[in-house]
Amino acid sequence: MQFNFESDTPIYIQVAEQIKDAILSGAFPEETQIPSTTEVSVTYKINPATALRGVTLLVDAGILYKKRGVGIFVQKGAAEKILNQRKDAFYNGYIIRLLEEAKKLHISRQEIIRMIEEEITDGSGH
Amino acid sequence: MDQGIEVKGLTVRFGNVTALEQVNLTLGENRIYGLLGRNGAGKSTLLNVIGNRLYPSEGEVIIDGEMGTDNDRAQGKVYYMGEKNIYPEGTTVKQMFRWSKDFYPDFDMEYATVLAGRFGLNLKKKLKGLSTGYLTIAKLIVALASNAPYTFFDEPVLGLDANHREMFYREMIHCYSERPRTIVISTHLIEEIADIIEQVVMIKEGKILLDRPVEEVKQMGYQVSGKASEVDDYCAGKKILSEDLLGGLKSACLLGRPENVPESLEITPLDLQKLFVQLTNA
Repeated sequence: MQFNFESDTPIYIQVAEQIKDAILSGAFPEETQIPSTTEVSVTYKINPATALRGVTLLVDAGILYKKRGVGIFVQKGAAEKILNQRKDAFYNGYIIRLLEEAKKLHISRQEIIRMIEEEITDGSGH
Repeated sequence: MDQGIEVKGLTVRFGNVTALEQVNLTLGENRIYGLLGRNGAGKSTLLNVIGNRLYPSEGEVIIDGEMGTDNDRAQGKVYYMGEKNIYPEGTTVKQMFRWSKDFYPDFDMEYATVLAGRFGLNLKKKLKGLSTGYLTIAKLIVALASNAPYTFFDEPVLGLDANHREMFYREMIHCYSERPRTIVISTHLIEEIADIIEQVVMIKEGKILLDRPVEEVKQMGYQVSGKASEVDDYCAGKKILSEDLLGGLKSACLLGRPENVPESLEITPLDLQKLFVQLTNA
């Protein structure tokens, strides 16, 4: 996990996003236990209440669930749920913003498409 | 209110200097506070009065519903790790730990010993023979192991290198998670504690300047930068904290939230430290 403490995004949202990233990458597999809020807060030097708030956000969203007296687990189907959310966010966060920035820089439609195609071909090895 | 510390109408004068003036403050149960202020603002004076090391000229301190001044039972709940060395000459680290056990019944000797090992602190050494950093470490260990419901850290990282500072922050969070308590941290290294504390208390010239949740404080202001004329247009009628001009470029710190910002201007958040500097300047 990596937090950007200078960002305007509240830390508890960053905690939730980082957990989602870990679920997507398979670092936190479905139906397995994730680190406790104490571990998260100690490791990243954040207030335990902040860590708990981030986890609670994902419990409420049905991505994590609590096992009484045991800990917090990743819900079955969580990865797919996150993937779908991220795809929606991709359109708004990247495509729309890309086009807005391109407009400011007077980059034509053809140029944008050419750049993307070039990057896909050249960068496919990454 | 039964649990917590209440400071009411506290005034402290040293001769004709007023160190604290009519301070009212509540420290809630099991919360982590950041007590921020410039040198000489009155932070240590406030903690000294709550910890019964200094008598107020006016006002009172209530600890869990009881009068705090000269009350052993109430003071037994408060551990104040301050700058002053309160131990006699020649005291060893081990003796310091033993005495702490006498005053603080919940003092965890085993944990203190483990921490000393982890920080590389020699128990047999005399306090006067320790470097600034290791003297701080010895005091930190006692504060953490005291398990006092109200633990105050005054300049807890004085003389500590980056590695030891990190160890301390982690250990403090760990202790707090295992056994919640009210913690007050007074430090100049603001960014290091910005995400650990819940509530910010700022003191300026003996008065409380601000007492709010850290999340709210981080939203109090912002910085706007761009072409000087455009920044000026945007800033008109807004509460400006400071301005910097670099050639034709200008950046200004403003209070409030950004609204209708022209696309050509850039907005950056004001973190806790920047805000502190802005609010306590001059």
